[in-house]
Amino acid sequence: MVTEPPPLVSVRGLSIHYGDKVALQGVDLDIKTNEIFGIIGPANAGKTSFLRALNRMDEFVPGMQVLGDITFAGRDVRTVRNLYALRKRIGVVFPLPVGLPLSIYDNVALSPRLSGITKHAQLDEIVERCLRRAALWDEVKDRLKGLGSLLSGGQQQRLTIARALSQDPELLLLDEFSIAVDPVTTMRIEEVLKELRQELTIVLVTNLVQQARRLADRTSFFLGGLCVEIAPTEALFSGGAREQSTVDYLEGRFG
Amino acid sequence: MTSDPNKDSAGPPPKPASPQPASPGPLPLRHAGHHEWATALDHRDRTWWFDCIARLAVLGGGLSAILFIGAIFVFIASQGIDFALHHLNWLDFLFGKRWEPTVEPPEYGALPLIMGTCWITGVAMIIAVPLAFGAAIYIGEFARGRQREWLKILIELLAAIPSVVWGVIGLQVMKPIIQHVFGVQVGLNVLNAGIILGLMAAPIITTIAEDALKAVPETYREAAEALGASRWQVIWKVVLPHARPGLSAAVLLGIGRAFGETIAVLMASGHRLMIPESVFDSAATITATIAAELGEAAHGSEHYQVLFVLGLLLFGITFGINLTADWIVRGRRSRA
Repeated sequence: MVTEPPPLVSVRGLSIHYGDKVALQGVDLDIKTNEIFGIIGPANAGKTSFLRALNRMDEFVPGMQVLGDITFAGRDVRTVRNLYALRKRIGVVFPLPVGLPLSIYDNVALSPRLSGITKHAQLDEIVERCLRRAALWDEVKDRLKGLGSLLSGGQQQRLTIARALSQDPELLLLDEFSIAVDPVTTMRIEEVLKELRQELTIVLVTNLVQQARRLADRTSFFLGGLCVEIAPTEALFSGGAREQSTVDYLEGRFG
Repeated sequence: MTSDPNKDSAGPPPKPASPQPASPGPLPLRHAGHHEWATALDHRDRTWWFDCIARLAVLGGGLSAILFIGAIFVFIASQGIDFALHHLNWLDFLFGKRWEPTVEPPEYGALPLIMGTCWITGVAMIIAVPLAFGAAIYIGEFARGRQREWLKILIELLAAIPSVVWGVIGLQVMKPIIQHVFGVQVGLNVLNAGIILGLMAAPIITTIAEDALKAVPETYREAAEALGASRWQVIWKVVLPHARPGLSAAVLLGIGRAFGETIAVLMASGHRLMIPESVFDSAATITATIAAELGEAAHGSEHYQVLFVLGLLLFGITFGINLTADWIVRGRRSRA
C-alpha cells in the first residue's frame, strides 16, 4: 500500500436538484478507502440524495438532476462506460427493506449468480457467509427455500444487508439500515460492520447520532442541503464541532 | 481536508473475522491499484453487450407496433382520401340524416350510423360497467381460494365465446324476450344489441378491473382496516380511489370493444339506417355498415371509398377514446 492512498470516492461541487427544489448544494468531500464515513443530519438534509448520486441511481428518479463531479476509484461516475460494473461494486441498503420475491437463498445468491457463479458449493458458501454477517443465519438456516418477502420487517432488512454483501462490493452505502431492526440485532450488525471495515469502505447514513459515534471513523453533518462540516468522529463528539448548528444537532436541540 | 489519520479512534474490531478461506468473491479488485479499477469500470463485458442487444430488440418490438398502426392508417386513408378531400361534403357526411349510398343521387349522411353506434355503446356500458365492477370487486375483495379461481376461469371463458354466437343469442333468444317483456313489435333493436354487447364487454372489463384492484398493495387495506373501517369502507375509500386509473382504463377498453364489435351487432341491432329515438328502435352501427356494404360496393367506386372514410372516422373515434384514457390516467398520476 502507498502511504497516502488517494480517496476511494471524491466529490466536488455536488449539487442535486429535483425540478426547482434543491436537495443538495455544493458538497465537497472525500471518502477514504477502508473507512466508515458517517453522515448525520435531520430529515430533508440531502443525505439520501447524496447516496443516490454516488452509484447513479438518479436515473431512476424522474426530474432528479445531478451537477458536479463524483469520482469512484479515480473514475468519473458520469462517464463510466459499464454502469452495471460500477453498480456491482457499490452495494446499497435502503431504509425500507426490499425482500425480492425470491426464496431467502435466491435473494442472497442472486448477485453472485448474475456475475456468473454457478457452482452450488460456492453459492452455498457465499449465502451462508453473507447471512451470518447480517446476523440472520441462525433464524433462517432451516428455511432457506422459504420466500424472502414473507420474513418479518427486521429480518427482511437483514436479508437486504446480506444481499448487498453478497455482491462483494468495494463500497457499501447504508441508508438508515437499522430503522426496522431491533436494538440487539442492530448491535450485532454493527459489530460485523466494524469487521468489514478491513475489507471495504462504508458510507453510513443514520438518524441515530450515537450509531455514527459508535461506528464512523469520520462523521459529516448535513443540514438543509449543505454539508456543514466533516470531522473525525471522536473530535466531533467530544466538543470539537466548529459549527454551532452541529453542536445543536448533536445535543438534540433541534431536528 | 484533514490529513489526520484517525484509524485508531474507533478501536480495533473486538474479535478477528470468523475463520474464512480467501473469499471467492467475483472480482478481487479490492487490493488492486486504481488503474485496474478504472479499467474494470470501463470494460464492456458480456452482460453489458447482452443488455445492449436486448434493448435494441425490445425497441424493435415497440417500433413495429408503431409501424403496423401507421401502415393500417395509411392503407385506410389511401383508399378513402381522394373522395374525402375532393368529393365529400363533410358537413353532410357528419350531420346528414340519410345514408343511401345506392340510390340516385346517393346520400352519404353518416349521422344515423354515428348515433346508432353511440346509442348501442351507451346501453352496453350502462349494462356492462355495474356488472363488471361488481364481479371484479367480488372476485378481488371477497372471494377466496377455490371459489375465486373458478369465477376467474368462468369469466375468461365468457370472454372467449365467439361473437357470432352472441349474435345468434340476440336473434333467437333476446328478440322474443324483448318483444314479450316490453310489448314491442321489433325485437332487434338498440336494447337487444346493447345487452349483447354489454355481456360481451363485461368479461374484459372484469378481468382488467380485477387486475387493477389486485395491484392495490395489501398494506393499504391493512392500514385502513386497522382504523376500524368496514370492508365496504375500505373498498370505497381506499381500494377504489387507488385503482381508479386502472378502472378507467378497463371501462375505456370495454368501450373500445363495444365500438369495434361488428357481427353480433349487425345480427342483433336490426340494422336500420335511421337515427334511433328510443332503445326500442332498430339501429345500425358504423362497423356493421362497413361489413354489410363493402362486399357489394364495386372496388374503387364512390360507395367503396365512402366506406373507407367511415373507417377513418372509426379510427379517429378510437384514437380519441384512447387519448382520453391516457389523459385520465396521466391526470390522476400528476395529482397523486
